[in-house]
Amino acid sequence: MDLDFTAAEDAFRAGIRDWLASHVPPAPLPSLETAEGFAAHREWERALFAGGWSVVSWPEEYGGRGSTLLEWLIFEEEYYRAGAPGRVSQNGISLLAPTLFEYGTDEQRARVLPPMASGEVIWAQAWSEPEAGSDLASLRSTAVRSEGGWRLSGQKTWSSRAAFADRAFGLFRSDPDAERPHRGLTYLMFPLDADGVTVRPIGRLDGKPAFAEIFLDDVFVPDEDVIGEPGQGWRVAMSTTGNERGLTLRSPGRFTAAADRLAALWRGAAGPGGTALRDRVADAVIGARAYQLSAYAHASRIAAGGSIGAESSLNKVFWSELDIALHETALDLLGPWGELSDEATQAPAHGSWAEGYTFSLAGPIYAGTNEIQRDIIAERLLGLPKGRR
Amino acid sequence: MRFLPDAEQREFARTLDGMLGSAGTPGAVRSWACGDHGPGRALWARLAEAGVFALAVPEEHDGLGLLPVELAVAFGELGRHAVPGPLVETAAAGALLGRLGGDAARAWLPRLASGEAVASLCVLSSEGSPYALDADIADAVFVVDGDTVRLAESHGPVQPSADPARRLARPLGGTVLERGPKVAAAAAHAVEVAALATAAQGLGLGRALLERTVEYVRRRTQFGVAVGSFQAVKHRLADTLIALEFAQPLVHSAALALAAGDPASGREIAAAKVAAGEAAHASARTALHLHGALGYTAEPDLSLWIRKARPLRTAWGDPAACRARVLAAAPSGPGGVTGWFSAARV
Repeated sequence: MDLDFTAAEDAFRAGIRDWLASHVPPAPLPSLETAEGFAAHREWERALFAGGWSVVSWPEEYGGRGSTLLEWLIFEEEYYRAGAPGRVSQNGISLLAPTLFEYGTDEQRARVLPPMASGEVIWAQAWSEPEAGSDLASLRSTAVRSEGGWRLSGQKTWSSRAAFADRAFGLFRSDPDAERPHRGLTYLMFPLDADGVTVRPIGRLDGKPAFAEIFLDDVFVPDEDVIGEPGQGWRVAMSTTGNERGLTLRSPGRFTAAADRLAALWRGAAGPGGTALRDRVADAVIGARAYQLSAYAHASRIAAGGSIGAESSLNKVFWSELDIALHETALDLLGPWGELSDEATQAPAHGSWAEGYTFSLAGPIYAGTNEIQRDIIAERLLGLPKGRR
Repeated sequence: MRFLPDAEQREFARTLDGMLGSAGTPGAVRSWACGDHGPGRALWARLAEAGVFALAVPEEHDGLGLLPVELAVAFGELGRHAVPGPLVETAAAGALLGRLGGDAARAWLPRLASGEAVASLCVLSSEGSPYALDADIADAVFVVDGDTVRLAESHGPVQPSADPARRLARPLGGTVLERGPKVAAAAAHAVEVAALATAAQGLGLGRALLERTVEYVRRRTQFGVAVGSFQAVKHRLADTLIALEFAQPLVHSAALALAAGDPASGREIAAAKVAAGEAAHASARTALHLHGALGYTAEPDLSLWIRKARPLRTAWGDPAACRARVLAAAPSGPGGVTGWFSAARV
């Protein structure tokens, strides 16, 4: 057993660290949940892509470096440590791309991936519906066969950054007569500016239009934008949810960096001898370290030919709860300044705790609620019987 | 990087698990609690044969160590089977004498490694316990007090513990074996070994409690169905598993840091001790609750595990002290928790 990095991995770390040192904007970009911030973050994605760092784990032919999972973990550690901007391309990179690698055609990969890597096309997900949340398979939006493609109708919602994104991917019911709700779904990609698409931004708890509703009224999508076989959408989508819940959506690097900032905040607020909130700060640091080490163990398992299945649900619950606890602790440390939004001119210069806190509150809900994750853990990892939800 | 137990380490765990599973360990625990140490000493001899007590004794004194990873693997299994006795203390005494060397090391270490002698240890400090575990049956009780270490002559009355298999007594009197600054350094090392072993033991204990509880809620029916099909029950068990799963890599990393002589090992071990201690304690609370009134009963063997969890959470580094250690002397600025924990990975 060891925790050693190879010389190549150390060189990889040095490479990204050097690049970030000379490229990360000195002042934080505006919130990526605003039109202005979205544009600024898109520019940043372009710079990251030009440096060859936007999608390190992808094959080289699509703009990546063919990095291993461990190298990706290193990348993420360095990325967040350097205080680099949030990833506006996150949903495409961590959800759609893995699905295309597994189920897409060569033509789809060649067409979709490079502009995703460069930030030229930014993707939103279109899964949830007003009546289909945790019970996603009950979704009602339809895809009706048409010449050379499909016609989409219905309503999608809680679509992150759809207010500003270019395209979306989602599940649609293509066979209403299928035996079970999971059957008869098809996975499709569509442009958000197509005829018949209406996007209505939804204000997040802090008022920023971080997600949106998408109304589809007889929107034509050509066959080339179906991923996998028609009717197999559920299986195709589930391969993506594993990615979303697992490491790749919220890497340990985010939390080790945040725990560092929290420890610095605590030292500043309490002094080295202070014990106020010390235990909670320590737990955040321990939690971040535990997630980091657990990811190293996962990377080791994958490198040894193993795989990660329902274990990704352990990660989802762990990081989402860690994120909230960490930000709650930061706000408590900030005392009266904790209620100031990041845009307040007198907001503390310690980083965007207010926005981070708001963002953390969504963690236990998106990517499969933590209740769903705990059901998965209990049934698939502990072997408990299925029951009523 | 291969941050997983290797085949040999997994096999070592399986061997101990098999041996302890078929050795009537619960009976030995009950006898131990009643002051009949025969079955427990027999078990001790078998553990020694498997090499457990040699892991913390240097090779020059007939040991194999110090092998912190293997030690953590072994103590995981000792915890899983709730083995009684001053296991941690014997390992830590081995580490203490191994660092000190000299006559005491020559006299005691080969006997500790072979299982012939059982040791207890008491490190007097503001954080440590004034009691030595199982001082009444230990062949040697070592007491560290500031810059001296002595071999206790006798002990005070045995105090009952929340875990009846833990028998506590204050060591009394005795002769000074060593004196000077190297005692403090050796004692700090011994306390790290003890904390690591206790963390691993707690993790094994917590896993055993979870396994037993999962088995129980699958079997127990109410309202015509297994209670394990209820979400409230499932979710509590899921949370218990999450805490144990994320404590495990901390224990492994702590063992590696100790093995490497990493200056950050104290911080790594403190983090592992908090996480494993809290996870084991939570597992005990879950086991108690989900067994209903049975969990609140002394008679079932389950109680042997439940009652150990809380003492282990405190032993050799209570949660508050360990949390303070995690944050102590943390570098300022955006150094990365990575770099912060392990000097080898900046």
